[in-house]
Amino acid sequence: MIEAHGLTKRYGDTLAVDDLSFTVRPGIVTGFLGPNGAGKSTTMRMILGLDRPTAGRALVAGKPYAQAKVPLREVGALLDAKDVHGGRTAQAHLLALAQSNGLPASRVQEVLETTGLGSVGGKRIGGFSLGMSQRLGIAGALLGDPAVLMFDEPVNGLDPEGILWIRHLMRSLAAEGRTVFVSSHLMSEMALTAEHLVVIGRGRLLADTSTRQFIDGNSVSMVRVRTPQPAELAAVLRERGHAATEVGGFLELADATTEQVGDAAAARGLTIHELYQQRSSLEDVFMELTRDSVEYSTGPAPTRAPQEIPAARQAAR
Amino acid sequence: MSTALTPARGDLQAARGTTFGNVLRSEWTKVRSLRSTWWTVLAALVVCIGLSVLIDWAIVANWDQSSPQDRAAFDPVANAFNGVGLGQLAIAVLGVLVVSSEYSTGGVRATFIAVPRRLMVLGAKSVVMALLGFAVGLVIAFVCFLVGQVFFATQDVDTSLGSPGVLRAVIGAALYIAGCGMFGLAVGSVLRHTPGSITAVVALLFVLPLLSLAIPGSIGDAVTKYFTANAGQAVTYVMTPDNSLSPWAGYAAFTVEWLILLVLGLLLLRRRDT
Repeated sequence: MIEAHGLTKRYGDTLAVDDLSFTVRPGIVTGFLGPNGAGKSTTMRMILGLDRPTAGRALVAGKPYAQAKVPLREVGALLDAKDVHGGRTAQAHLLALAQSNGLPASRVQEVLETTGLGSVGGKRIGGFSLGMSQRLGIAGALLGDPAVLMFDEPVNGLDPEGILWIRHLMRSLAAEGRTVFVSSHLMSEMALTAEHLVVIGRGRLLADTSTRQFIDGNSVSMVRVRTPQPAELAAVLRERGHAATEVGGFLELADATTEQVGDAAAARGLTIHELYQQRSSLEDVFMELTRDSVEYSTGPAPTRAPQEIPAARQAAR
Repeated sequence: MSTALTPARGDLQAARGTTFGNVLRSEWTKVRSLRSTWWTVLAALVVCIGLSVLIDWAIVANWDQSSPQDRAAFDPVANAFNGVGLGQLAIAVLGVLVVSSEYSTGGVRATFIAVPRRLMVLGAKSVVMALLGFAVGLVIAFVCFLVGQVFFATQDVDTSLGSPGVLRAVIGAALYIAGCGMFGLAVGSVLRHTPGSITAVVALLFVLPLLSLAIPGSIGDAVTKYFTANAGQAVTYVMTPDNSLSPWAGYAAFTVEWLILLVLGLLLLRRRDT
């Protein structure tokens, strides 16, 4: 279990993390979602005691991480796969980590095998691809068989096979009852792996909810219907209390189901060529939610269907 | 949804954690597993011993031209270590790298996640560096001393380990070399930046001690006497020159100097983000 209580980090005038409080529970994968520069890595570093919070505190298993007696038994973390000395072999790197906590040296080969690096343990890390470095970082995180795992953007730079492997690994670690906290700036990635989401933007908490609720609560769905008799269909729908707008040959309805539209058309014998429900994509949901909180923007946000925006904003509040 | 965590294997549960012994073992693994460590040690051996031997040869070859005063003041121990003044820089650079290479590569984050007790990490690094520096120093000191005496014997100005002060000066040379490693480590712990630290170490141990000779008057004498390498090398003299501290006073001054830097590094370590 990880707890953040009012975590705050200020760099000069910049508030990188702003009064962040959340709890990460065991047994599920919790996604830590936010655009680049939202403060995800800083928060993770504060949880691990690498950065000192300006205010607030973070607890792992009920106490500050720095007080852990056997730290690698409590937390395994992969922050940046490039955070290793390239001059060492993978074995020497892991052995030094294992020795520092008094873990048996036999764990080194075990975690190398687990992460698919069994045959390259004697090679220098400097020659590793980014994917191999990610696996090595995960091997280091698994050394102490810890109850809490933290991964910062673990799928960055991985090939499709590596991405599948990480998703499976995170879910199986959670299924074993561990706390798994994984950051990403990709909503689609989180939708596939995380059951729960902690969403931040500009260091502030935007949402702390289950992934399902997050998507349901923030996505906008709309019924679109194509008909050769748009005026007649719009009229009958209005009679039944549904407002339809005509957009590019389609009628769009924000407050009706496909069943209601189909029934209305059938009652008057109107022809329908196409009828479907459209949901805004996960990335759209995320973009809407974090639009005010992206650190670096390339200009005005892309324009989207006008009726989507207020709905998504409201849901986010 | 949530299941109980499978109990870990006994050998993992039995792990004793970040004891000083464990952290020390880990830091030694880190130092010995880098090729750069052994290249730096080799450079120290080659420069210290090679240059000392060349100067031994030059001293003996020019003995007839030297003045009677120079001959009377000839220190057959200190003069066997004439290459150490340059070769010490390799050990000092090793000391810098032991700390700064972790920061330049980012490996320090993996280190502090595994061992959040940072002072213990720097303490373990210091012990590893002191022991490695002393071991390398012993090899350099004894080889330089013994080879030097072979040269000096040709002019009958050699000495032996049994003579007064000689063993102290030879062991002192090893201690001085270890101190240079610690000086580098201390500078590295303050600056954390490899090129900057190496520049600082070369300036403080090599360039400025020589330049300090140019400062006039009694202030200049004091600065020269107490300046890092000048002070530390006093322990390698059997015949203490006029402008030098006594052997152990000099070594103590040098030690206090790097200890101040190391304490500063420790204080900064507690406060800084990584």
